[in-house]
Amino acid sequence: MSADAHAGHDHGDRAHDHGHDDGRDHGSMKSYLTGFILSVILTAIPFYLVMTGAIENKNWTIAIIVAMAMVQIVVHMIYFLHMNTTSDSGWTMMALIFTLIVVVIALSGSLWVMYHLNVNMMPVHDMRNML
Amino acid sequence: MSASIQTMNGDVPVFYVADEHDHPPGQSTMLGFWLYLMSDCLIFAMLFATFGVLGTSYAAGPGPKDLFDLKLVALNTAMLLFSSITYGFAMLEMMKGKKNTTLLWLAITGLFGFAFLCIELYEFHHMIHEGAGWWRSAFLSSFFTLVGTHGLHVTFGIIWLVVLMVQVAKFGLIEANQRRLMCLSMFWHFLDVVWIGVFTFVYLMGVVR
Repeated sequence: MSADAHAGHDHGDRAHDHGHDDGRDHGSMKSYLTGFILSVILTAIPFYLVMTGAIENKNWTIAIIVAMAMVQIVVHMIYFLHMNTTSDSGWTMMALIFTLIVVVIALSGSLWVMYHLNVNMMPVHDMRNML
Repeated sequence: MSASIQTMNGDVPVFYVADEHDHPPGQSTMLGFWLYLMSDCLIFAMLFATFGVLGTSYAAGPGPKDLFDLKLVALNTAMLLFSSITYGFAMLEMMKGKKNTTLLWLAITGLFGFAFLCIELYEFHHMIHEGAGWWRSAFLSSFFTLVGTHGLHVTFGIIWLVVLMVQVAKFGLIEANQRRLMCLSMFWHFLDVVWIGVFTFVYLMGVVR
Protein backbone atom coordinates (compact mmCIF):
# COMPACT_ATOMS: atom_id res chain seq x y z
CA MET A 1 0.00 0.00 0.00
CA SER A 2 1.50 3.34 -0.96
CA ALA A 3 1.78 6.20 1.50
CA ASP A 4 -0.64 8.28 -0.53
CA ALA A 5 -3.39 5.72 -0.45
CA HIS A 6 -2.96 5.32 3.31
CA ALA A 7 -3.28 9.04 3.94
CA GLY A 8 -6.37 9.24 1.84
CA HIS A 9 -8.01 6.42 3.71
CA ASP A 10 -7.17 7.99 7.06
CA HIS A 11 -8.67 11.28 6.05
CA GLY A 12 -11.92 9.67 5.12
CA ASP A 13 -12.05 7.98 8.51
CA ARG A 14 -11.74 11.22 10.40
CA ALA A 15 -14.29 13.14 8.43
CA HIS A 16 -17.22 12.25 10.67
CA ASP A 17 -15.30 13.27 13.80
CA HIS A 18 -15.57 16.90 12.79
CA GLY A 19 -19.29 16.87 13.34
CA HIS A 20 -18.40 16.53 17.03
CA ASP A 21 -21.44 14.96 18.55
CA ASP A 22 -20.31 14.42 22.13
CA GLY A 23 -23.20 12.07 22.84
CA ARG A 24 -24.26 14.20 25.79
CA ASP A 25 -27.85 13.89 26.85
CA HIS A 26 -29.50 16.99 28.27
CA GLY A 27 -32.62 15.34 29.57
CA SER A 28 -36.29 15.98 28.93
CA MET A 29 -39.32 16.84 31.01
CA LYS A 30 -40.24 13.17 31.06
CA SER A 31 -36.83 11.99 32.30
CA TYR A 32 -36.69 14.64 35.04
CA LEU A 33 -40.21 13.79 36.25
CA THR A 34 -39.48 10.05 36.16
CA GLY A 35 -36.33 10.59 38.21
CA PHE A 36 -38.16 12.84 40.65
CA ILE A 37 -41.04 10.43 41.26
CA LEU A 38 -38.69 7.47 41.69
CA SER A 39 -36.57 9.52 44.12
CA VAL A 40 -39.59 10.52 46.19
CA ILE A 41 -40.66 6.87 46.50
CA LEU A 42 -37.12 5.71 47.30
CA THR A 43 -36.79 8.42 49.96
CA ALA A 44 -40.23 8.07 51.54
CA ILE A 45 -40.01 4.30 52.13
CA PRO A 46 -36.75 4.35 54.19
CA PHE A 47 -37.98 7.31 56.28
CA TYR A 48 -41.33 5.55 56.83
CA LEU A 49 -39.62 2.30 57.87
CA VAL A 50 -37.32 4.00 60.36
CA MET A 51 -39.79 6.54 61.78
CA THR A 52 -42.56 4.01 62.38
CA GLY A 53 -40.34 1.01 63.10
CA ALA A 54 -42.55 -1.02 60.78
CA ILE A 55 -40.06 -3.89 60.60
CA GLU A 56 -39.06 -5.41 63.93
CA ASN A 57 -35.74 -6.82 62.73
CA LYS A 58 -33.13 -4.04 62.69
CA ASN A 59 -30.83 -5.82 60.27
CA TRP A 60 -33.62 -6.14 57.73
CA THR A 61 -34.47 -2.45 58.11
CA ILE A 62 -30.83 -1.48 57.55
CA ALA A 63 -30.52 -3.80 54.55
CA ILE A 64 -33.64 -2.31 52.97
CA ILE A 65 -32.70 1.36 53.50
CA VAL A 66 -29.16 0.77 52.18
CA ALA A 67 -30.52 -1.03 49.11
CA MET A 68 -32.97 1.85 48.50
CA ALA A 69 -30.13 4.39 48.80
CA MET A 70 -28.06 2.47 46.24
CA VAL A 71 -30.98 2.34 43.81
CA GLN A 72 -31.69 6.05 44.34
CA ILE A 73 -28.07 6.96 43.62
CA VAL A 74 -28.32 5.09 40.31
CA VAL A 75 -31.66 6.83 39.59
CA HIS A 76 -30.05 10.24 40.18
CA MET A 77 -27.07 9.30 38.00
CA ILE A 78 -29.30 8.31 35.10
CA TYR A 79 -32.16 10.82 35.24
CA PHE A 80 -30.53 13.92 36.77
CA LEU A 81 -26.84 13.64 35.90
CA HIS A 82 -27.64 12.00 32.50
CA MET A 83 -24.85 9.45 32.78
CA ASN A 84 -24.42 7.28 29.71
CA THR A 85 -21.65 5.33 28.08
CA THR A 86 -21.31 7.56 25.03
CA SER A 87 -20.72 11.10 26.36
CA ASP A 88 -17.15 12.28 25.74
CA SER A 89 -16.39 8.95 24.06
CA GLY A 90 -17.14 7.11 27.29
CA TRP A 91 -14.55 8.97 29.37
CA THR A 92 -17.11 10.20 31.91
CA MET A 93 -18.17 6.59 32.49
CA MET A 94 -14.51 5.55 32.75
CA ALA A 95 -13.85 8.23 35.37
CA LEU A 96 -16.96 7.17 37.29
CA ILE A 97 -16.00 3.49 37.31
CA PHE A 98 -12.45 4.32 38.43
CA THR A 99 -13.78 6.53 41.21
CA LEU A 100 -16.23 3.86 42.35
CA ILE A 101 -13.44 1.27 42.54
CA VAL A 102 -11.26 3.62 44.64
CA VAL A 103 -14.23 4.52 46.87
CA VAL A 104 -15.16 0.87 47.47
CA ILE A 105 -11.55 -0.07 48.29
CA ALA A 106 -11.08 2.92 50.63
CA LEU A 107 -14.43 2.52 52.40
CA SER A 108 -14.41 -1.23 52.88
CA GLY A 109 -10.68 -1.22 53.70
CA SER A 110 -11.02 1.48 56.35
CA LEU A 111 -14.03 -0.12 58.00
CA TRP A 112 -12.50 -3.61 57.91
CA VAL A 113 -9.11 -2.58 59.31
CA MET A 114 -10.48 -0.26 61.97
CA TYR A 115 -13.12 -2.79 63.09
CA HIS A 116 -10.45 -5.44 63.65
CA LEU A 117 -8.20 -2.94 65.42
CA ASN A 118 -11.10 -2.18 67.72
CA VAL A 119 -11.85 -5.83 68.42
CA ASN A 120 -8.28 -7.06 68.80
CA MET A 121 -6.84 -4.15 70.74
CA MET A 122 -9.68 -3.70 73.18
CA PRO A 123 -8.04 -3.01 76.55
CA VAL A 124 -8.23 -6.08 78.75
CA HIS A 125 -9.41 -5.21 82.20
CA ASP A 126 -6.74 -7.04 84.09
CA MET A 127 -6.68 -5.87 87.65
CA ARG A 128 -3.56 -7.72 88.70
CA ASN A 129 -1.28 -4.91 87.61
CA MET A 130 -3.13 -2.41 89.71
CA LEU A 131 -2.40 -4.05 93.01
CA MET B 1 -4.56 9.48 14.48
CA SER B 2 -2.03 7.20 12.95
CA ALA B 3 1.27 8.64 11.85
CA SER B 4 0.34 9.01 8.26
CA ILE B 5 2.61 10.68 5.83
CA GLN B 6 0.81 13.23 3.75
CA THR B 7 2.60 14.54 0.78
CA MET B 8 2.54 18.19 -0.10
CA ASN B 9 3.42 19.27 -3.63
CA GLY B 10 3.72 15.64 -4.47
CA ASP B 11 7.12 14.84 -2.95
CA VAL B 12 7.82 16.78 0.31
CA PRO B 13 6.68 14.68 3.29
CA VAL B 14 5.03 16.48 6.23
CA PHE B 15 5.49 14.82 9.62
CA TYR B 16 2.66 16.29 11.65
CA VAL B 17 -1.08 15.90 11.82
CA ALA B 18 -2.12 17.95 8.86
CA ASP B 19 -5.85 17.87 9.60
CA GLU B 20 -5.75 18.82 13.29
CA HIS B 21 -9.34 19.38 14.30
CA ASP B 22 -10.10 22.61 16.11
CA HIS B 23 -10.65 22.84 19.87
CA PRO B 24 -13.30 25.48 20.51
CA PRO B 25 -13.23 26.98 24.01
CA GLY B 26 -15.13 24.90 26.50
CA GLN B 27 -15.26 21.74 24.44
CA SER B 28 -13.63 19.72 27.21
CA THR B 29 -15.06 21.71 30.13
CA MET B 30 -17.79 19.21 30.92
CA LEU B 31 -15.40 16.27 31.12
CA GLY B 32 -12.99 18.32 33.23
CA PHE B 33 -15.76 19.34 35.59
CA TRP B 34 -16.89 15.74 35.85
CA LEU B 35 -13.33 14.78 36.87
CA TYR B 36 -13.45 17.50 39.55
CA LEU B 37 -16.74 16.03 40.84
CA MET B 38 -15.16 12.59 40.99
CA SER B 39 -12.30 13.94 43.10
CA ASP B 40 -14.90 15.65 45.31
CA CYS B 41 -16.58 12.27 45.57
CA LEU B 42 -13.32 10.88 46.99
CA ILE B 43 -13.30 13.61 49.66
CA PHE B 44 -16.80 12.62 50.72
CA ALA B 45 -15.87 8.92 50.61
CA MET B 46 -13.06 9.62 53.09
CA LEU B 47 -15.40 11.57 55.36
CA PHE B 48 -17.95 8.73 55.18
CA ALA B 49 -15.20 6.25 56.06
CA THR B 50 -14.19 8.42 59.03
CA PHE B 51 -17.78 8.58 60.18
CA GLY B 52 -18.13 4.83 59.68
CA VAL B 53 -15.16 4.21 61.98
CA LEU B 54 -15.94 6.85 64.63
CA GLY B 55 -19.74 6.94 64.34
CA THR B 56 -20.32 4.80 67.42
CA SER B 57 -17.73 6.42 69.72
CA TYR B 58 -20.04 8.52 71.86
CA ALA B 59 -17.59 9.12 74.75
CA ALA B 60 -20.55 8.66 77.13
CA GLY B 61 -22.19 11.59 75.37
CA PRO B 62 -25.47 11.83 73.45
CA GLY B 63 -26.04 9.42 70.55
CA PRO B 64 -28.02 9.69 67.31
CA LYS B 65 -31.28 8.71 69.00
CA ASP B 66 -31.03 11.64 71.44
CA LEU B 67 -29.95 14.19 68.84
CA PHE B 68 -31.53 13.53 65.46
CA ASP B 69 -35.01 14.74 64.66
CA LEU B 70 -35.99 12.65 61.64
CA LYS B 71 -38.93 14.91 60.75
CA LEU B 72 -36.47 17.76 60.28
CA VAL B 73 -34.18 15.54 58.22
CA ALA B 74 -37.11 14.42 56.05
CA LEU B 75 -38.01 18.07 55.47
CA ASN B 76 -34.40 18.83 54.59
CA THR B 77 -34.27 15.93 52.15
CA ALA B 78 -37.47 17.16 50.51
CA MET B 79 -35.97 20.66 50.09
CA LEU B 80 -32.91 19.28 48.33
CA LEU B 81 -34.97 16.96 46.13
CA PHE B 82 -37.29 19.82 45.11
CA SER B 83 -34.28 22.01 44.31
CA SER B 84 -32.93 19.22 42.08
CA ILE B 85 -36.10 18.98 40.00
CA THR B 86 -36.48 22.77 39.75
CA TYR B 87 -32.89 23.02 38.53
CA GLY B 88 -33.84 20.39 35.94
CA PHE B 89 -36.73 22.65 34.83
CA ALA B 90 -34.30 25.58 34.58
CA MET B 91 -32.06 23.49 32.30
CA LEU B 92 -35.05 22.56 30.11
CA GLU B 93 -36.03 26.24 29.79
CA MET B 94 -32.40 27.07 28.98
CA MET B 95 -32.45 24.53 26.14
CA LYS B 96 -35.52 26.31 24.73
CA GLY B 97 -33.63 29.60 24.99
CA LYS B 98 -36.16 31.21 27.35
CA LYS B 99 -34.19 33.58 29.52
CA ASN B 100 -36.86 34.78 31.95
CA THR B 101 -38.32 31.38 32.86
CA THR B 102 -34.76 30.04 33.24
CA LEU B 103 -34.04 32.80 35.74
CA LEU B 104 -37.34 32.11 37.53
CA TRP B 105 -36.57 28.38 37.99
CA LEU B 106 -33.01 29.20 39.05
CA ALA B 107 -34.39 31.57 41.69
CA ILE B 108 -36.77 28.87 42.98
CA THR B 109 -33.85 26.42 43.09
CA GLY B 110 -31.83 28.93 45.07
CA LEU B 111 -34.68 29.42 47.55
CA PHE B 112 -35.00 25.65 48.13
CA GLY B 113 -31.22 25.46 48.60
CA PHE B 114 -31.37 28.34 51.04
CA ALA B 115 -34.20 26.67 52.97
CA PHE B 116 -32.08 23.51 53.18
CA LEU B 117 -29.18 25.49 54.62
CA CYS B 118 -31.41 27.28 57.14
CA ILE B 119 -32.87 24.00 58.42
CA GLU B 120 -29.39 22.49 58.68
CA LEU B 121 -28.03 25.51 60.54
CA TYR B 122 -31.06 25.40 62.87
CA GLU B 123 -30.29 21.73 63.57
CA PHE B 124 -26.59 22.48 64.21
CA HIS B 125 -27.47 25.41 66.44
CA HIS B 126 -29.90 23.26 68.40
CA MET B 127 -27.30 20.52 68.92
CA ILE B 128 -24.54 22.94 69.91
CA HIS B 129 -26.94 24.69 72.27
CA GLU B 130 -27.51 21.35 74.03
CA GLY B 131 -23.76 20.93 74.43
CA ALA B 132 -23.53 18.35 71.66
CA GLY B 133 -21.02 20.21 69.51
CA TRP B 134 -18.06 18.81 67.56
CA TRP B 135 -15.91 18.84 70.70
CA ARG B 136 -18.18 16.43 72.61
CA SER B 137 -17.22 13.06 71.09
CA ALA B 138 -15.56 11.42 68.09
CA PHE B 139 -19.04 10.63 66.77
CA LEU B 140 -19.99 14.31 66.83
CA SER B 141 -16.64 15.44 65.39
CA SER B 142 -17.03 13.17 62.38
CA PHE B 143 -20.74 14.05 62.10
CA PHE B 144 -20.10 17.81 61.95
CA THR B 145 -17.19 17.35 59.52
CA LEU B 146 -19.19 15.21 57.11
CA VAL B 147 -22.51 17.07 57.22
CA GLY B 148 -20.74 20.44 57.53
CA THR B 149 -18.65 19.79 54.41
CA HIS B 150 -21.82 18.96 52.50
CA GLY B 151 -23.47 22.13 53.82
CA LEU B 152 -20.42 24.16 52.78
CA HIS B 153 -20.73 22.74 49.26
CA VAL B 154 -24.39 23.76 49.17
CA THR B 155 -23.42 27.25 50.38
CA PHE B 156 -20.91 27.69 47.57
CA GLY B 157 -23.42 26.20 45.14
CA ILE B 158 -25.90 28.93 46.08
CA ILE B 159 -23.26 31.66 45.71
CA TRP B 160 -22.39 30.23 42.29
CA LEU B 161 -26.10 30.12 41.41
CA VAL B 162 -26.58 33.81 42.28
CA VAL B 163 -23.48 34.78 40.27
CA LEU B 164 -24.79 32.85 37.25
CA MET B 165 -28.23 34.47 37.59
CA VAL B 166 -26.56 37.89 37.39
CA GLN B 167 -24.54 36.69 34.39
CA VAL B 168 -27.61 35.38 32.58
CA ALA B 169 -29.62 38.51 33.39
CA LYS B 170 -26.84 40.71 32.05
CA PHE B 171 -25.50 38.78 29.06
CA GLY B 172 -28.38 36.42 28.27
CA LEU B 173 -28.17 32.72 27.51
CA ILE B 174 -24.94 32.94 25.52
CA GLU B 175 -22.96 29.77 24.92
CA ALA B 176 -20.52 30.44 27.77
CA ASN B 177 -23.39 30.93 30.21
CA GLN B 178 -25.09 27.74 29.02
CA ARG B 179 -21.86 25.86 29.66
CA ARG B 180 -21.58 27.36 33.15
CA LEU B 181 -25.20 26.48 33.93
CA MET B 182 -24.55 22.89 32.84
CA CYS B 183 -21.53 22.69 35.17
CA LEU B 184 -23.57 24.01 38.09
CA SER B 185 -26.31 21.54 37.18
CA MET B 186 -23.88 18.65 37.57
CA PHE B 187 -22.56 20.13 40.82
CA TRP B 188 -26.06 20.58 42.23
CA HIS B 189 -27.28 17.07 41.34
CA PHE B 190 -24.03 15.64 42.66
CA LEU B 191 -24.69 17.27 46.05
CA ASP B 192 -28.11 15.64 46.07
CA VAL B 193 -26.45 12.26 45.44
CA VAL B 194 -24.10 12.84 48.38
CA TRP B 195 -27.09 13.78 50.54
CA ILE B 196 -28.68 10.37 49.81
CA GLY B 197 -25.62 8.83 51.47
CA VAL B 198 -25.80 11.27 54.38
CA PHE B 199 -29.44 10.75 55.28
CA THR B 200 -29.16 6.96 54.86
CA PHE B 201 -25.87 6.23 56.61
CA VAL B 202 -25.76 9.03 59.16
CA TYR B 203 -29.35 9.80 60.13
CA LEU B 204 -31.48 6.72 59.38
CA MET B 205 -28.91 4.09 60.29
CA GLY B 206 -27.88 6.12 63.33
CA VAL B 207 -31.43 6.08 64.64
CA VAL B 208 -32.04 2.41 63.81
CA ARG B 209 -28.88 1.17 65.54
